[in-house]
Amino acid sequence: MSEHILEIRHLSKAFGSHAVLKDIDFTVDKGDVTTIIGASGSGKSTLLRCINLLETLTTGEIYFHGKDVTKGKVNASAYRAKVGMVFQSFNLFNNMTVLGNCMIGQQKVSHVAKTEAKQRALFYLSKVGMAPYINARPDQISGGQKQRVAIARALAMEPEVLLFDEPTSALDPEMVGEVLEVMKSLARDNMTMLVVTHEMAFARDVSNHVVYMADGVIEEEGTPEKIFTDPQNQRTRDFLKRILNG
Amino acid sequence: MVTTLLSDIGSLWAKYGTVYLTGIANTLILAVTATVIGCIIGFFCGILQTIPYDANDNILKRILLKLIRIVIRVYVEVFRGTPMILQAVFIYYGLPYFFGVSFKDIWTVSIIVVSINTGAYMAESVRGGIMSIDVGQFEGAKAIGMNHWQTMLYVVLPQTLRNIMPQIGNNYIINVKDTSVMFIIGFSDFFAVHKMVSGAVFKYFPSAFMEMAGYLCMTLLASFLLRKVEKKLKGKSNYELVGEDQLVMAAGTYSYPSEAGSPFDEVNKDYKGENK
Ligand SMILES: Nc1ncnc2c1ncn2[C@@H]1O[C@H](COP(=O)(O)OP(=O)(O)OP(=O)(O)O)[C@@H](O)[C@H]1O
Ligand SMILES: [Mg+2]
Repeated sequence: MSEHILEIRHLSKAFGSHAVLKDIDFTVDKGDVTTIIGASGSGKSTLLRCINLLETLTTGEIYFHGKDVTKGKVNASAYRAKVGMVFQSFNLFNNMTVLGNCMIGQQKVSHVAKTEAKQRALFYLSKVGMAPYINARPDQISGGQKQRVAIARALAMEPEVLLFDEPTSALDPEMVGEVLEVMKSLARDNMTMLVVTHEMAFARDVSNHVVYMADGVIEEEGTPEKIFTDPQNQRTRDFLKRILNG
Repeated sequence: MVTTLLSDIGSLWAKYGTVYLTGIANTLILAVTATVIGCIIGFFCGILQTIPYDANDNILKRILLKLIRIVIRVYVEVFRGTPMILQAVFIYYGLPYFFGVSFKDIWTVSIIVVSINTGAYMAESVRGGIMSIDVGQFEGAKAIGMNHWQTMLYVVLPQTLRNIMPQIGNNYIINVKDTSVMFIIGFSDFFAVHKMVSGAVFKYFPSAFMEMAGYLCMTLLASFLLRKVEKKLKGKSNYELVGEDQLVMAAGTYSYPSEAGSPFDEVNKDYKGENK
């Protein structure tokens, strides 16, 4: 009877008449590392954005600890502080230093005092190996470093779930590894994560749950062993064949 | 002859030096005040115009926001689309008709006119500035739980200000020069001094020469200060790496809030060790 952190129920999303997500249903439990894989345009980013309430769903519900966050007077800001998000394009604040990026949310959203916010920021920045760079501005560090700072910024809010939308897709190949290392260490530390990725090795080796999406529906989901060695669905097989041999 | 010119300037300066300086002071005070107030108006309008709304918001909010956008649009078009000299006359002589008061104080009217005019230009700059900020900046802020106003205040507006600094400087320089049209309602700026003095002593060219030099000094100084401010807003061009020992001291003092200890701690029962 473990309580689900997140429960996505019958989620559908349409942009105008274009149905992008259709009746999506899945749950995330504490400590889960769920990867979402699927072809480009299958709706993975849209799903994450819906979960973070950056998009309003057309129909369906999202339960966070059993409470529907999509209906009525829900404080989206408070919810987002608990469900962090890391973007493909980092989205670090250009007007702040690395340290400032990791402090501002704590101070203004969670009302953490300045000295504690700084300690917390340093704590998480050292977790991602970026502590020496606290005085740098985002335009002064590499893509991989930016993404690690973005992860620290999200962690500094001490969220219960972290959403990642293709965190390594905008990176030069030699920088992918450093970000994946950080994510692996988070997984080891039992951080609950929901990761959209094209890194099949990460999905196979690090996650404990894999969701395969195609054309806005979940075609197949299960443990990585099952999805990668014994996929039931023809489309899953085709997709994996394409991406693993590609 | 250059020597005659110089001696003419010398005698003008000896007799009217303080008058010229007062003119310069008046011009600068008006330009600075009106640029500052104009920027405030501009930011105010720019922010109001970019409050997002969508089909899910309630009807009252949508109507209100739409109305605000229309009002600002009209304001901008009217004050960008007519000459300031006419706006001055319009407001100075128009107010008594509508409000039954006439402004006896030329300073007040002048500041109002130039500020409103500058505000119309700045409103557009600020709106454009806000819209040119990458949508990722808004989403990054939202994703850590900031609301719209926090996002604007801490993330978007500081970047907007930095981006539109050249326009602000430009407006200021234009104001230094164009406040000269306020003579129409009797404001005695630097250029008004020229008309007064040269009319009295018939030294048109020497006076004009001094005016040219005076205006150029004011605008060059403005350009110089603007560069300084821009550089300052841009921040340092390099950064220093912070040494390990300093960090360890600060970082070590933070203890993770959960009872089980940090999930990053080895004391945590969930900790699985370095290798999975
Ligand atoms: N704001 C929007 N307006 C209209 N259509 C959109 C919008 N955002 C996404 N879409 C459409 O939704 C579909 C799914 O997009 P989405 O970005 O979620 O795919 P994805 O699975 O993340 O793809 P990728 O792997 O390329 O990132 C696409 O067909 C896209 O064109
Ligand atoms: Mg995507």
